[in-house]
Amino acid sequence: MENIRNFCIIAHIDHGKSTLADRMLETTSTIGARDMQDQALDNMDLERERGITIKSHAIQMTHQKDGQTYVFNLIDTPGHVDFSYEVSRSIGACEGALLLVDAAQGIQAQTISNLYLAIEQDLEIIPIINKVDMPSAQVEDVTDQIVDLLGCDPSDILLASGKTGLGVPEILDAVVDRIPEPEGDPNEPLQAMIFDSVFNPYRGVIAYVRIFNGTLKKGDRVRFVNTGKDYVAEEIGFLKMDLVPQSMISAGDVGYVITGVKESKEIKVGDTITLSENPCSEVVKGFEDVKPMVFAGIYPIENEHFEDLRDSLEKLQLNDASLTFEPETSMALGFGFRCGFLGMLHLEIIQERLSREFDQEVITTVPNVSYFAYTTNGDKIDVHTPNDLPEPTKLDKVEEPYIRAAIITKPEYIGKILNLCIEKRGVMKNQNYLSTSRVELLFEMPLGEIVFDFYDRLKSISRGYASFDYHMIDFRASDLVKMDILLNSEPVDALSALVHRSKADYLGRKICKRLKELLPRKQFAIAIQASIGAKIIARETISALRKDVTAKCYGGDISRKRKLLEKQKKGKKKMRQIGNVDVPQKTFLQVLKFDD
Amino acid sequence: MGLYIHIPFCKQACHYCNFHFTTSDRYQEQMVGAIVKELYLQKDYLEGRSLESIYFGGGTPSVLSEKYLADIMEAIYQWFTVEKDAEITLEANPDDLTEEKLRFLKDTGINRLSIGVQSFRAEDLSLMNRAHTREEAILSLDRAFEVGFQDISLDLIYGIPTSTDAHWLENMEMALRFPIHHLSAYALTIEPKTALAHFIRQGKYPPVDEAMATRQFEMLMDFAQAKGWEHYEISNFALAGKIARHNTAYWQGKAYLGIGPSAHSFNIQSRQWNIANNQTYMKEIEKGCVPAEKEFLDVVTRYNEYVMTGLRTKWGCSLGHIRAYGAGFETFFRKEMRAKIQEGLVVENGTTYTLTQKGKHFADKVASDLMMV
Ligand SMILES: Nc1nc2c(ncn2[C@@H]2O[C@H](COP(=O)(O)OP(=O)(O)OP(=O)(O)O)[C@@H](O)[C@H]2O)c(=O)[nH]1
Ligand code: SF4
Ligand SMILES: [Mg+2]
Repeated sequence: MENIRNFCIIAHIDHGKSTLADRMLETTSTIGARDMQDQALDNMDLERERGITIKSHAIQMTHQKDGQTYVFNLIDTPGHVDFSYEVSRSIGACEGALLLVDAAQGIQAQTISNLYLAIEQDLEIIPIINKVDMPSAQVEDVTDQIVDLLGCDPSDILLASGKTGLGVPEILDAVVDRIPEPEGDPNEPLQAMIFDSVFNPYRGVIAYVRIFNGTLKKGDRVRFVNTGKDYVAEEIGFLKMDLVPQSMISAGDVGYVITGVKESKEIKVGDTITLSENPCSEVVKGFEDVKPMVFAGIYPIENEHFEDLRDSLEKLQLNDASLTFEPETSMALGFGFRCGFLGMLHLEIIQERLSREFDQEVITTVPNVSYFAYTTNGDKIDVHTPNDLPEPTKLDKVEEPYIRAAIITKPEYIGKILNLCIEKRGVMKNQNYLSTSRVELLFEMPLGEIVFDFYDRLKSISRGYASFDYHMIDFRASDLVKMDILLNSEPVDALSALVHRSKADYLGRKICKRLKELLPRKQFAIAIQASIGAKIIARETISALRKDVTAKCYGGDISRKRKLLEKQKKGKKKMRQIGNVDVPQKTFLQVLKFDD
Repeated sequence: MGLYIHIPFCKQACHYCNFHFTTSDRYQEQMVGAIVKELYLQKDYLEGRSLESIYFGGGTPSVLSEKYLADIMEAIYQWFTVEKDAEITLEANPDDLTEEKLRFLKDTGINRLSIGVQSFRAEDLSLMNRAHTREEAILSLDRAFEVGFQDISLDLIYGIPTSTDAHWLENMEMALRFPIHHLSAYALTIEPKTALAHFIRQGKYPPVDEAMATRQFEMLMDFAQAKGWEHYEISNFALAGKIARHNTAYWQGKAYLGIGPSAHSFNIQSRQWNIANNQTYMKEIEKGCVPAEKEFLDVVTRYNEYVMTGLRTKWGCSLGHIRAYGAGFETFFRKEMRAKIQEGLVVENGTTYTLTQKGKHFADKVASDLMMV
């Protein structure tokens, strides 16, 4: 056990975690040069295309130092705030963490939030300034920031480049020297924690575990403490580039267990596995359930695909337990599902995976956060969709979720950011200078104000020099009203939104304008109206389309024109007819995104 | 078979134009050399079939000096068989058509001129930044007939922000005072990244008025019908039998070879297009390569192209033709067509389908809806 090191790589998004992991895999010959590709651990198509990590990835490698062979279990984690629960879980399996900071960008919001997740679990932190090859690297300034944040000595900080491989041998040695070996006793009753699970269509659910005490042998009867169910450990082993079966794994190890379970619901991440015959007395502290932050309806483009959609969502859930869904109906869209997501990126990813992996084209309605409504006769209702809100006469009060937001930026942008946050009904709580050129602003604000366009706007007003992190704090009473949208006088429930009364007029005008840009013209005029109750608060008209014909179409124009018309047809296939208006797939997600 | 020669030179840049051209005439000689060489390199593209039409387009082919045009003609006759009664068209701008030039063109074998008049109004010509005046337009037409050209087509543009319906009517009437047999009339289209698009954004000119363009197209169709002209393609009109053979081949899916930078070729199975950069084009041709991108056309693509081009013409789309792509295509086509007929955009006549007058305003929409993707 003294030769095992379990650690993860944590950082703000895009600070180079996966790329540095590549270099470590290379240096330790875990991947041969022939199989090497950029961000090798990002094995989902979507991760590769978007260049971001969505899921944590565990991998085992070996390193030689001073004539000894060490086994490293490395976990690469995602940086995006929607997936911070992935970081928490990975941390639960480790004794140490490599904290990367981009040499050009310095400390950012998720650097701090992920660092505290690791410190909370008593992980040994190895601070690393990464991307030092960049011409804009500011190693000295970033060193100061890290020293300030961690209270460490400047000499504790390693310099690295995932691009050139600089500093990688030193990092590997530091892992041996500075990260503690795992504790635990292989002879005690088995105590293993599930820190992740993946679904494999042939093998069922594969649980990734960290063994804290005891030994697990192939064929052992095991008990999942939380669910109380017993299974046989059909296959166990280590996580290398492929699964590598073993006859036993024991205290200190990170590995996998396959029990033949087909339903991912039966396996709960955070649960403790023990032996049925000789159970441990204590469970390992698990994880809190991840709660969805954002809700939206998902509807098939064609009504008859409802059952296929249910099927696809169920399969997706096997791989992504943070997705929730329940059936709902909409006057405008028919049968669909109200789904819960961790954030807007998660929502986008689910929509994309449905299209890509299941060939399901769906309409996603205007997203909202969840609220509590209290009725006059004392009932408390979970409001996941604007339609859940009781009639004004029966409504006593509404509570909305609040977050604490941390924004890190340059001092010159404080004014603009403050204005943006006030516009979003935020209240500044604190302001810390991390260095002379870097300040952390803390706000409390309604979650509902930040899910749509907050981050885009923050980035644009700060020219990219602002990062943002948040967590939920509580629910607070709020004056919310339901705003409806009418197309040619027909209300479209899927476009309804819950908005703060003080902003209703403004939002009504903006949404009507936005819809005017988003909806394709028809051969008749389309009236767009926003209303609260019976009162119309805003309107726009889309004029009738009079002509749609190319003037010139000669030899050289044919390919180009054909491709254009084919593209239009593809777009049309992804539109949903509501009344006599065609509504493009993306309308509902874009309607609340404003550019200014 | 058709042969298209792209001459990428213009005297000055019209503000609405996004074609491939340059206003510099420094390297005409080198370009003509490259075109002559490409004719040789591509001589087998049409597999030895003879040419029924040749079309000099651009750019403005009429800016070419006599020697260069003669060089190109010579190369064509050297490497290709040209049918006796082939239609040989040259696009010309009025300001280039001196009597001397016209005589030369005729002697070189050009037997059809497509003259870019666009408008007989000074204000329109200035908005579009055309290089000629109203007087030059009239003079050039008179001269062309005098010199003995019989096939002359005239280009007009409508929907110009500075003009009214009355102006448009005057332009059409003016055009028909000449003994022309062919007329092309285009709605002014604001292509992105053109000077005109920029000026409209700036507010220097009013935006194109869709309602006006629609009205003027309607006027055009009525006018042509009253005068006994045949509306044989969205933007093309002819007196009995005088349709443009070269262009019609594009819409009827016949093979053609395009020579010159940005020129497109088509041989039923594939389309290819030369690079739209003069320097690279010339460099590659000098090395003996044709710098072209190529796209193979599968059956769905061929069907889509047939629907798109067919619907634009008076011949429409025929079920016999569509059936040839496969049974599935016919079922799909008929099903989608039903709605279009109900909307009054298409008429069914036996086994052919053509756009109605109303449908002609929505040719792209109808084509797109009928495409298989
Ligand atoms: N110049 C330079 N670029 C780097 C270095 N490391 C990573 N990059 C680039 O930075 C970008 C992000 O790299 P990733 O390794 O995907 O970052 P990440 O931290 O894993 O990102 P998430 O997992 O999405 O949070 C990529 O474009 C890399 O090519 C480095 O050391 N130097
Ligand atoms: S003459 Fe023709 S090709 Fe040249 S700029 Fe004018 S419209 Fe374009
Ligand atoms: Mg990554």
